[in-house]
Amino acid sequence: MADSTLIKGGRVIDPSQGLDAIGDVLITDGVVVSAGAKVNDAPKDCKVIDATGLVVTPGFIDLHVHLREPGQEDKETVATGTLAAVRGGFTTICAMPNTEPPMDNAAVIRQVLDAAKQTGLARVLPIGCATRGRKGKELADMAELAAAGAIGFSDDGSPIADPGLMRNALSYSTTTGLPVINHCEEPSLAKDGVLHEGWVASRLGLPGQPAAAEENMVARDIELVALTGGRLHVAHISTAGTLELVRRAKERGLPVTAEVTPHHLILTEEWALGTIEEGAGELTAPDKFAPLTNAAYDTRAKVNPPLRTEDDTEALAAGLRDGIIDAIATDHAPHTSTDKACTMQEAAFGISGLETAFGMVNSLVDRGDIDLPTAIERLTAGPARVLGEAYQPWIGTLKPGASGDVTVLDPDTEWVVDSATFASKGRNTPVDGITLKGLVMKTIVGGRLVHEAAKANA
Amino acid sequence: MATTKVAQEEPLTATAEAEASPPPVPTSPWQHRHLLDLDDVSTDEIATVLQSASAMKAIVQRDVKKVPTLRGRTIVTLFYEASTRTRVSFEAAGKLLSADVINLSASGSSAEKGESLLDTILTLQATAADLLVIRHGHSGAPYFAARNLTRTAVINAGDGAHAHPTQALLDLFTMQEHLGSLKGRKVLIVGDISHSRVVRSDLWGLCKVGAIPVLCGPPTLMPWDLLKGRTETPGHPFASVQVEQDIEEAMRDADIVMPLRIQKERQDAGLLPSLREYAQQWQVNIERLDRLAPNALVMHPGPMNEGVEISPEVAHGLQSAVETQVTNGLAVRMALLLLLATPQGGLNG
Repeated sequence: MADSTLIKGGRVIDPSQGLDAIGDVLITDGVVVSAGAKVNDAPKDCKVIDATGLVVTPGFIDLHVHLREPGQEDKETVATGTLAAVRGGFTTICAMPNTEPPMDNAAVIRQVLDAAKQTGLARVLPIGCATRGRKGKELADMAELAAAGAIGFSDDGSPIADPGLMRNALSYSTTTGLPVINHCEEPSLAKDGVLHEGWVASRLGLPGQPAAAEENMVARDIELVALTGGRLHVAHISTAGTLELVRRAKERGLPVTAEVTPHHLILTEEWALGTIEEGAGELTAPDKFAPLTNAAYDTRAKVNPPLRTEDDTEALAAGLRDGIIDAIATDHAPHTSTDKACTMQEAAFGISGLETAFGMVNSLVDRGDIDLPTAIERLTAGPARVLGEAYQPWIGTLKPGASGDVTVLDPDTEWVVDSATFASKGRNTPVDGITLKGLVMKTIVGGRLVHEAAKANA
Repeated sequence: MATTKVAQEEPLTATAEAEASPPPVPTSPWQHRHLLDLDDVSTDEIATVLQSASAMKAIVQRDVKKVPTLRGRTIVTLFYEASTRTRVSFEAAGKLLSADVINLSASGSSAEKGESLLDTILTLQATAADLLVIRHGHSGAPYFAARNLTRTAVINAGDGAHAHPTQALLDLFTMQEHLGSLKGRKVLIVGDISHSRVVRSDLWGLCKVGAIPVLCGPPTLMPWDLLKGRTETPGHPFASVQVEQDIEEAMRDADIVMPLRIQKERQDAGLLPSLREYAQQWQVNIERLDRLAPNALVMHPGPMNEGVEISPEVAHGLQSAVETQVTNGLAVRMALLLLLATPQGGLNG
């Protein structure tokens, strides 16, 4: 007997087919049957989800997540990370290979895939290492990794610093058709920088990473794409200059794509100055010229690449709107409280981002920087395009035959971020205690309801 | 006992006694539980500290220096970096005020066994430290301590490249003692500006009292991001800071010149071609001194690299205030310990 779910009466936004209409989504046996049109002949025993007044979209895809398993299970596991994902509306997440041991061979990849299958929440697509052991010395066995299910190759957390090796990675990866995903950061420029090299780092007496450290390597990689014909996906772009480089690469017709994180779109270097507001705060940066308080040196705002300036966030939001940036990716980087309860220089880089992503992105919609369907595109069809033709009919879309992955949103609900309630083990977020607008109400994976917002939150 | 009681009401008259003829008791109260930097310290509060410091200096110059004001208070100095003058200065200041002073350095403490900064400071608080004087190589460590301590007040004795507020206060004290009002006075700081916690705190202090700070040094050692747009941006705290790369030009009519220690590691990091070239271009030496204003003072936060940023003749010459700075440091730190460890402003404030 067929197992059906009908999501009724929502505003169905599916950018993969230019759909934005009030209607229904019918999923049978885990596969989309129809989306948008009103369903009058639903099967009798069909489960019904009322989405009246809500927005119904394809399940979100996150190209950049750190699940920490195997090796750093005190920070996150596949089980907690995939639960955090579905709470954030993500039905597919790509797992970065900087685990211990790293995902540079088929065995570790299979281990992660098995754990994901057992948990049965978000789909996990593994990213293989670009170089053996993430050491930046020799290529990983890319064909083996691809056969095991890798969707790309990356040493994320570390750049592929050696230009000759990057050339070989781009060239050799063409045999697989998969992209090389580079964390662009020229080491001799970034050095031991912990924040963006700008007013705040200088004010706080901390070493900074200049924007040029990122741009330098992005420019290098783009020329290596032109040289080799390999596919490049630029991870977490953070500067206006990088955006311009990607724009020009796309104009040249080069196979270059890019992602941006919610925090690089919205937060700036000033967040390291800390906030001491009582109760719920606003999503606005601290005053850069105010005297410091005890809240200064807020390690929750330490992330790599660093939070940049307002000029950068404005440029990135425009780039997201214009499609220069293909995808929103969280770079979800969970850490323990000990990893952050220390000086800025000792603290780990990273923000736990899965569960706040939509609320953050929706703030751009709310202030008119981008419209909702475009924002949804960058969370669904955009990342599916980066994954390639093999994935596009299957995820990030509600076309008939696609997997029944659906996210139901309420863009108008305000809620206060409380990291203590996160499913993720990582409570490291600078927006803890901040009011966000836009809540993920329900998440459906393969026709199965895997997340429902608690009433108290809504 | 009587001294303690009076000191809590009127610290200056009580501790300095008649022989020091102290300035009038300041009316503005000290508002801070911790001293982390000068950015949040008002001009009136700076005046309070400096007036109190001159009373303390009178005590320091007496035959019998010890006063009982902080009897029963515990001060812990926690130093994660090597230091001579700052650590000794705090210890001496505490002891002259009859506080119990415990000195702890990272080497020889549990920090060597990998104990975290958080656990270390919580341990010290649990051993009833009233005041924690902390120096750390990482900027912001005293803020982290202040954020996590509920009963212990924190004094920043130097954090990374960020701040060194007690040094800045002793610098202001030394300048004011020599020049009187600092309004409009040209204060030249030469050298490794960008890595200097002394400069960052000095800039806050100098700007607040209306002096004109001038920064001079190689472009690789200038904190350009700190200064960028300062004249055009409304509200920029360093709007009055001037930059002059040529030391001969910069020294013209300066009332104070303060060379900073140049570390060999800056050359190793490629920020300087050589210490030799640095000395040729930016050393404060006898030939350059005659450009200064009459009655100008040469200061140095120490430790000095004589022959690099300062010539030996200048370091020990007639215009050098280097040793006075050390004595004044003691007086300023006594004043601060009193403010932070007594009910006038500190623990109960």
